[in-house]
Amino acid sequence: MASSAAVVERPVGAVSGRAGGTLARGVATGYLSLVVLLPLAALVWSSRSHGLDSFWHEATRPEAVSALKLTLGAAVICAAINALAGTMIAWVLVRDRFPGKGAVDAVIDLPFALPTIVAGLTLLTLYGPGGPVGVDVAFTRTGLMLALLFVTLPFVVRAVQPVLLELDREMEEAAASLGAGSFAIFRRIVFPNLLPAILSGVALAFARAVGEFGAVVLISGNLPFKTEVSSVYIFGQLQSDNAQGAAAVSVLLLGISLGVLLLIGAFRRWRTRHDV
Amino acid sequence: MMSSRLSRYALRLGALGYLAVLLLTPVVLVFYRAFEHGFGHAWDAVTSHAAVHALELTLLIAAIAVPANTIFGVVLALALVRGRFPGRGLVNAIVDLPLALSPIVVGLSLFLLYGRGGWLGGFAGHGIKILFAVPGMVLATMFVSLPFVVREVVPVLREIGTEQEQAAETLGASPFQTFRRITLPAIRWAVAYGVVLTTARAIGEFGAVSVVSGRIEGRTETLPLYVQAQFESFDTPGAYAASVVLALIAVATVVALRVFHPREETS
Repeated sequence: MASSAAVVERPVGAVSGRAGGTLARGVATGYLSLVVLLPLAALVWSSRSHGLDSFWHEATRPEAVSALKLTLGAAVICAAINALAGTMIAWVLVRDRFPGKGAVDAVIDLPFALPTIVAGLTLLTLYGPGGPVGVDVAFTRTGLMLALLFVTLPFVVRAVQPVLLELDREMEEAAASLGAGSFAIFRRIVFPNLLPAILSGVALAFARAVGEFGAVVLISGNLPFKTEVSSVYIFGQLQSDNAQGAAAVSVLLLGISLGVLLLIGAFRRWRTRHDV
Repeated sequence: MMSSRLSRYALRLGALGYLAVLLLTPVVLVFYRAFEHGFGHAWDAVTSHAAVHALELTLLIAAIAVPANTIFGVVLALALVRGRFPGRGLVNAIVDLPLALSPIVVGLSLFLLYGRGGWLGGFAGHGIKILFAVPGMVLATMFVSLPFVVREVVPVLREIGTEQEQAAETLGASPFQTFRRITLPAIRWAVAYGVVLTTARAIGEFGAVSVVSGRIEGRTETLPLYVQAQFESFDTPGAYAASVVLALIAVATVVALRVFHPREETS
């Protein structure tokens, strides 16, 4: 989404120091603490309330480890496919011209707008048992991948599109006039300019894929050691009254999310440095 | 030239093919499935008592979470862009967190905070039910849909700068007048865009709400939860009909996003 490019590098105005600014700041941070921080603090606290040994025991259960491995592996593959397909789609939407392009551009946002459970159901309808194309990927890792690719589709496209739009065509024309082929132009000129945007999009897609639940829950079948991802594992532990086990794995996922956000911050600084 | 045209067609085919296989065909098929036994069947399915209640509850939760996140989103954006205070970078990072965090982790966190033995678990003893009730579902929805308004408003606030606001203040306008007359008109499209994204997420949220709702049929079941419940109890027509309602809301969202696109508005 375009909004992901937003950064706050420095304050523009100077209302600080006045009563209104202080009040706004207090209200804003208070709301954020109550809605976001307090629950997460409770999670971290609960996961450690029985000691580090118990945390470690819960986090390294074979089923939990297997789920986490599958989650990370699937998210890496999903991110890699998105890097390719997302860049290709963004390229076609910016540089190509064909009837109905506006509609195609609008459709990219659909996975953001469509509830994830509906996304899972739609994929199961087409690629599940008794589907019209004769493929059945229900309860397989292929089905899991399809669900992840569906919900993460917009991230790379929406990150790359604005950068590609603003990219100066003169450099490419100069390269072409000097005899560079179209692949060489892409590799040497376009790609280096797009890379920070691609990486930001890929990182968001990765984080989303790691945490996805709604789209996955119907199509993957949630078979332990086979198609059960971490989010589904957490849900299962909670259902079977093992909040401790659920919290331990959740803290690991929280750590991954924070790490990805730090990475995205680094990509953004890289991009702004390249702009100047 | 021949090869460049060929590669252009190949790229176009690849991109459109990917979208068709992954996105378009499945969504179109759900519409077909919902109406394959006639419009009357689908209508009966979405007007069943449970479905109507689920839709009402979904809209009620959105009606609380969206205004809250809109108002606080604008305030947060103002504080982030216009203020300079210690921990601003941290606040900025926390705002993004719901975008990168699993909804199941969100749900579990609320469950641990408000559940038995949790820091705020005492409310239940005083007759205030948060978990397995609407307040918990509202809190979960607020958490997951928090970043959207902030993220849309921040870049616009940075772009417009403070000159006009300072001019208004010099002319004697109160902070509230300045906000209403100068700042608000400048950010209104960004706010609208953010509100559309927030609403879509609030209506569609599944994982976080699933954990805190307890999924009590006819009481704490939102429309996305209803879809899963119907599908798992082999009432596929009911699941498809409810899915179509949600898909239509999603299509309306996509159209609204086109209308409110703030990037083109400001430049």
